[in-house]
Amino acid sequence: MSRFVLHFTKKAPPGAQRGTKVKTVIKARFALLCVLLLWAFSGGCTPNNPYRPSESGANTFYTTFVETPKHLDPARSYSSDEYDIIAQIYEPPFQYHYLIRPYTLAPLTAEGVPGPVYLDKSGRKLPEDVMPEKVWRAVYEIKIKSGIKYQLHPAFAKGAGGGAAYSSLTEADVKNVKTPADFPVKGTRELKSDDYIYEIKRMADPLVESPILSILEKYVLGLKEYADGLRADLEAVRKERRAKAGPGYNQTVDEKENPIALDYGKRALPGVEKVDGHTYRIILKTKYPQFIYWLAMPFFSPVPEEADAFYKQGALADRNITLDRFPVGTGPYMMDSFDPNMEISLARNRDFHHEAYPIAGEKGDRENGLLDDAGKTLPFIDRIVFKLEKEAIPRWNKFLQGYFDNSGITSDSFDQAVAISSAGKPELTDAMREKGISLITSVRPSTYYSGFNMLDDAVGGYAPEKQKLRQAISIALDYEEFIEIFNNGRGIPAMSAIPPGIFGYIEGGEGVNRYVYTWDGLRKKPERRDIEYARKLMAEAGYPGGRDREGRPLAITFDNPWVGADSTPMINWYIKKFKLLGIQLENRTTDYNRFQEKMLKGNFQFFSWGWNADYPDPENFFFLLTGTNSKVRFQGENVANYSNPEFDRLFKIMENMENSPARLKVIKEMTEIARKDSPWVWGYHPVAFGLFHKWVGNVKSNAMANNTMKYIKLDAKKREALRKEWNRPDLWPVAIVFAILVIGSLPAIFAVRRKRRGKRVA
Amino acid sequence: MLTYIIRRILYAVPIILGVNILTAVLFFYVNTPDDMARKILGEKNVTPAAIENWKRDHGYNLPAFLNAGEKGTAKLTQTVFFQKSVPLLWFDFGRSDRNNIDIGNEIRHRMWPSLAISVPMFVIGVVIDLFLAMMLAYYRGTYLDLWGLFLGVAMMSVSTLFYIIGGQYFLGKVLKLFPVSGYDTGLYSAKFIILPVVIGIISTVGSGVRFYRTVFLEEINKDYIRTARAKGLSEGKVLFKHALKNAMIPVLTNVVVSIPFLFYGSLIMETFFAIPGLGNFTIEAIQAQDFAIVRSMVYLGSILYIVGLILTDISYTLVDPRVRFE
Repeated sequence: MSRFVLHFTKKAPPGAQRGTKVKTVIKARFALLCVLLLWAFSGGCTPNNPYRPSESGANTFYTTFVETPKHLDPARSYSSDEYDIIAQIYEPPFQYHYLIRPYTLAPLTAEGVPGPVYLDKSGRKLPEDVMPEKVWRAVYEIKIKSGIKYQLHPAFAKGAGGGAAYSSLTEADVKNVKTPADFPVKGTRELKSDDYIYEIKRMADPLVESPILSILEKYVLGLKEYADGLRADLEAVRKERRAKAGPGYNQTVDEKENPIALDYGKRALPGVEKVDGHTYRIILKTKYPQFIYWLAMPFFSPVPEEADAFYKQGALADRNITLDRFPVGTGPYMMDSFDPNMEISLARNRDFHHEAYPIAGEKGDRENGLLDDAGKTLPFIDRIVFKLEKEAIPRWNKFLQGYFDNSGITSDSFDQAVAISSAGKPELTDAMREKGISLITSVRPSTYYSGFNMLDDAVGGYAPEKQKLRQAISIALDYEEFIEIFNNGRGIPAMSAIPPGIFGYIEGGEGVNRYVYTWDGLRKKPERRDIEYARKLMAEAGYPGGRDREGRPLAITFDNPWVGADSTPMINWYIKKFKLLGIQLENRTTDYNRFQEKMLKGNFQFFSWGWNADYPDPENFFFLLTGTNSKVRFQGENVANYSNPEFDRLFKIMENMENSPARLKVIKEMTEIARKDSPWVWGYHPVAFGLFHKWVGNVKSNAMANNTMKYIKLDAKKREALRKEWNRPDLWPVAIVFAILVIGSLPAIFAVRRKRRGKRVA
Repeated sequence: MLTYIIRRILYAVPIILGVNILTAVLFFYVNTPDDMARKILGEKNVTPAAIENWKRDHGYNLPAFLNAGEKGTAKLTQTVFFQKSVPLLWFDFGRSDRNNIDIGNEIRHRMWPSLAISVPMFVIGVVIDLFLAMMLAYYRGTYLDLWGLFLGVAMMSVSTLFYIIGGQYFLGKVLKLFPVSGYDTGLYSAKFIILPVVIGIISTVGSGVRFYRTVFLEEINKDYIRTARAKGLSEGKVLFKHALKNAMIPVLTNVVVSIPFLFYGSLIMETFFAIPGLGNFTIEAIQAQDFAIVRSMVYLGSILYIVGLILTDISYTLVDPRVRFE
């Protein structure tokens, strides 16, 4: 570069040359000034700080989200990532106790957790343990606390005439509006029972597309008819619009420009009754004890009619300001900013009702400091910032730098974070311990399993030899090894469909699946049966050495939608394990659509699947194995299409029982039947590993609760000091690189100058 | 010139229509509306009735291109193609299939972060590429040229991903000079832009310098350069004033056609640096089987490509007086 500067200035007059030098000095100073300004903007001595200087020392919790949330409408949202956000804003009547295990329901906005009242046809009250066929109606009467207020929101703002201030917004009115917070006038009002009723009606609205409508229709009195009525209304409006517009009618464009708002008050919904301003009833057609758990999910949160009407205005929808993006709730936090591609932040709701930190927990909670804040007013943190970080590496690096307060552990960073002790227990590495990071582990209420198509001639069926074939494969598929190789040891081999922490899970020797394991009483752990035993079972199944009576090898197809780096090694692992029995496993990886299609049509033999619990009850796992839920026959969730009449009979009994020794007995019977039939290779229950910095407190893993941010506390001063200590920049390597480049270029420059001088002389 | 541009725009109409038809055909060949519904409604409790309702509510219950059940023009208008793709012609992108967001609004919102990264990366990158290429051409035959070429080949052989991860690790994590990833608005975006821009330039400099060096070397072997040198002009003047000007045609072909695509952003860069741009908008939509976004982005892509080609043609006339619009 200097070669050119020299060249151009050579012929310039002396004054101009001096001027060029002055300009160069000015440019250098300007560049220095720019660097300093950038430095200043970047937060002083920590230029890698991704936050604004004004955020320094703030009582803000920084965490991440990996995928853009699809829906934040409580009637529609059905994913844990989305629940992490909306559960801090919306308040259904119940919640899970933060500390007590097994998972227990506690009131949130409700006065208490009511039991159902069972009635016969004459309206007489029936006992709690009544047989379901005798129950005509099951009534849940929920009384909510008075005095609970919504967050401040323009939907509640009143105009001069006492009506809604922002009811007929035009494009011009919202020209500079990016979020509801941009409206100058806001209001609030008290939470009413009407808001809970309104939300249940919303779930029946076809335009809301609630994912649990098909379940609720089976139980809530009149909900199906109500939903059908709304659907008919919608179709009538569409028909009318089309008739008016003629053959060129474009439904997509029209409904974008003129959204359809259905009238929920046009017809009655007998399954939901308002008792008074703070009390409402939900009436079920049948006994369904698990229904109470649904009432702890965001689906049953209150939605004020004013908010729904506010967001249904076309001018706001065009600016993507909708209830699906900007929730309105009564919870401890409210939406502060929403950019699903960058950052979602929640701010403390100043109108939040009083709620105190739990005063009781389970054994060990007091010793772990989890009851130090017992009785203190919630929440502890002022702001929660969710940053979009799709890639694991930058996410992990920023956690290590102290810019995120918590982190999961991916396979890439597992060895950096966790070491397995000689006792086989996961422990933090020295580097993590030095930083004061804590590790929280918890078994997820999930089961990842492989299954057989029970309708298939080769691997399905209920004859003893078919059972033995599946049992042999279950032995060969060594999930202890699978967990070690592909999950860094983060999982527990499953003994049945029910994961730990759910009623019906039995620990120790009594809970062992005897078809696959034996119990080592000395070491107090299950031992997988050896492969020779599995081969013996294969021979008894009519496949000695993996060949049938005619000597043909048994070939089984394996359907999965796996993609990514681990998929090929995982498939090879399965093939290798089947080979131990002489079975040829033919892999049929397809895209997600074809995979779903195969499952629906039953065009498969062996598959891999998983299930996350909606609520902590064995019914939510065993229903995956009931005949009436078969995927092929009834488009249900029983992908294996397992159908055992005795299992189904016991399920009917079990699902209507309260947790009790009698229920446990039925569960054991069902487990035994399913183990013997082995429609699934039971797979494993994943264990989640979470890391938290030392400035974060009151952390306890709770796999069922989503509204846990209100319990978390942090020491922002300590965090600030450690961030500065951990992030002092190093400039010397940059200087070295520049020096190498300059020094490396000099000989060439000199060579050319010599050459030019030589030419000139010549 | 105006006539030429109008003619080119008219030529573009059948291309755009063809792209739209092809997009719809390919999309529905891979994904049926049932697949879309199943994917968008989630994995739990998706009943056949819910799938049918979703298709009806989102207009995917209609036939793809010809509705035999209708009469007259409705045979064409009451089809998925007409209802979904025709409004694109007047840039009505509609709403996303998966979460009902206004796509036009989303594009307007996401294009700025993409531009904030891609424009400086592109402009500085081109300037550096040209400068280094001229320097290598100037020092041709010296060890600087040799090592420059070697470095160029080495740099272009390394994956962009390596530069990104390495840059984040060394400059962000080890030296702590820049945020590892992230983005902010306004002036605060400056500190998030530097690292991706630097990495973006470094990752493309190898191929850029090699390409432009070849262009310059071809140019400096021509007669007019020999004449310029014979006139006693300095080497710098020969290169910057004469060679650069005459090498502009291949340079512009490479550069101008890329300009409209700057707002599309970079998928990998934006994903790794958590830049909320348009880079991964289309990829996310494909993964989510959101046809509304896919068709909008493909349509926009085809328009931009045509705009890029027209701009390139216009730019030729600016640098080469022999080129005429005919």
